Amino acid sequence: MISFDGVEVTYPNGYQALKGINLDIPKGQFVVIVGLSGAGKSTLIRTINNLVVPSKGEVRVGGRSITLARGAELRKMRAGIGMIFQTYNLVKRTTVLRNVLSGRLGSANPLASLLGIFSTSDLLMAHACLQRVGIPEKAYVRADALSGGQQQRVGIARALAQQPQVMLADEPVASLDPPTANAVMGDLKRITREDGITTLVNLHFIDMARDYADRIIGMRAGEVVFDGTPDQASDQVFTEIYGRSIDKAKDLLGQVIG
Amino acid sequence: MTGSLPTLPQPPLLPRLVGIGSWALFLALFLVSAHFTSFSLQTLVQGIPDFLAFFGKMWPLDWRALPEIWQPLLETLQIAYLGTLFGGILAIPFIFLGSRNTTANPVVMWGVRGFLTLVRSVPDLLYAAICVGILSFGPFPGVVAIIIFTTSVLAKLGSETVEAIDPGPLEALQAVGAGRIQQIVYGVVPQIAATMASYVLYIFEINVRASTVLGFVGAGGIGQLLRTYLSFFDYRGTAVLILIVFGVVVLIDAVSSYARSKLI
Repeated sequence: MISFDGVEVTYPNGYQALKGINLDIPKGQFVVIVGLSGAGKSTLIRTINNLVVPSKGEVRVGGRSITLARGAELRKMRAGIGMIFQTYNLVKRTTVLRNVLSGRLGSANPLASLLGIFSTSDLLMAHACLQRVGIPEKAYVRADALSGGQQQRVGIARALAQQPQVMLADEPVASLDPPTANAVMGDLKRITREDGITTLVNLHFIDMARDYADRIIGMRAGEVVFDGTPDQASDQVFTEIYGRSIDKAKDLLGQVIG
Repeated sequence: MTGSLPTLPQPPLLPRLVGIGSWALFLALFLVSAHFTSFSLQTLVQGIPDFLAFFGKMWPLDWRALPEIWQPLLETLQIAYLGTLFGGILAIPFIFLGSRNTTANPVVMWGVRGFLTLVRSVPDLLYAAICVGILSFGPFPGVVAIIIFTTSVLAKLGSETVEAIDPGPLEALQAVGAGRIQQIVYGVVPQIAATMASYVLYIFEINVRASTVLGFVGAGGIGQLLRTYLSFFDYRGTAVLILIVFGVVVLIDAVSSYARSKLI
């Protein structure tokens, strides 16, 4: 479904965020990417919808190169790739429904959408997406009136409204308390599984990676240093990914939960 | 507090010299300006009786002026309203083309910014005078002058507001596959709407005040009547006119300030 072919990213300041990434992600897989901050996780998933353009190599989604896509073709490919963010990236001063409907912008009639007019099927779908993330009653509430967990659910609903083949999640639960984080991750996994959506999630938490992933990819300094199943991802492996003792990492986790 | 004080560490010399130099420059500019503008406190104080006599001439108020005030006063408000309305609409493309995060490309952005800076460097009364020269006397050149002023100021304030928005929603809309204009309508407009509405009201206040003097250069409104009264030394009528204008401006400012306080 998604393939990386020698992908490198060098930022204008000379920082090399990705160094020769080669990966193949089959359809329907739920992949968790782990690694320290700055390891290149965010850059990696942003090359999949071309928010970050590789300086070398290319990324193919569904067999077509998104790296080389431009203009209307790029927008059309992006419309098939949902994305959720650590800070939710909702438009806070507008209603939840309008935020979810903005997920339809890639495929809606452009002129009508500028006037705020959406087809009945788009409206029905937006409400259905809110139903699926468990907050149908919040449709006409302003986004900034919701709790963090609810806002991230709106973020998921917006991505679902795209009816995506691929879902990207950049630290989706890093700003949430642990019980909420688990609930949101659970919803994300259940829904993407139901729809057969190929999903890539960046995560900080090791236990969570083990709980939810079909496959774990470990990154360090812009390179893939581990690629395997959760069973293969032993404490020893995590120590290597993080470049320091796992107990240290567990201490950090303990602070978050405690 | 006994014994000899320890010597204080001295602050570095250069900043002190800069400080002294700044004050000296400030004083020198004051003296030069006062000299060439014949500014003198003495004359000001000696003028107080004349000042009071001037106000004396305004008394008793000549309320016969009242009926002929309403029409030009209304015209003044209409100039301000139309100028703000069309100026606001005209500012929209400049706002987005002149903002780093929404512009089509950097060349367009710097072009728009440079053009607007140029436009803003001319005061509105001068625009009014120029427009009167081109379009002849009447309220229409006044409207055009206010439009030019409103567009240039709102475009500047708007661009600053757009550049200060949270970039997150824009990234999300980009990821969704939204086009440039869709990104602006869905990601930017909701974030700037309240602030911009407040700016528009504030500029309407400024425009009402600006429109009252447009008549001095023949661009319509109450200023024309004011100039007529003054040239006939009709101070009692002038006083009524000033009082009415004062009342209307204060009223509009109050309503607008209240509305703005509710917006943000």
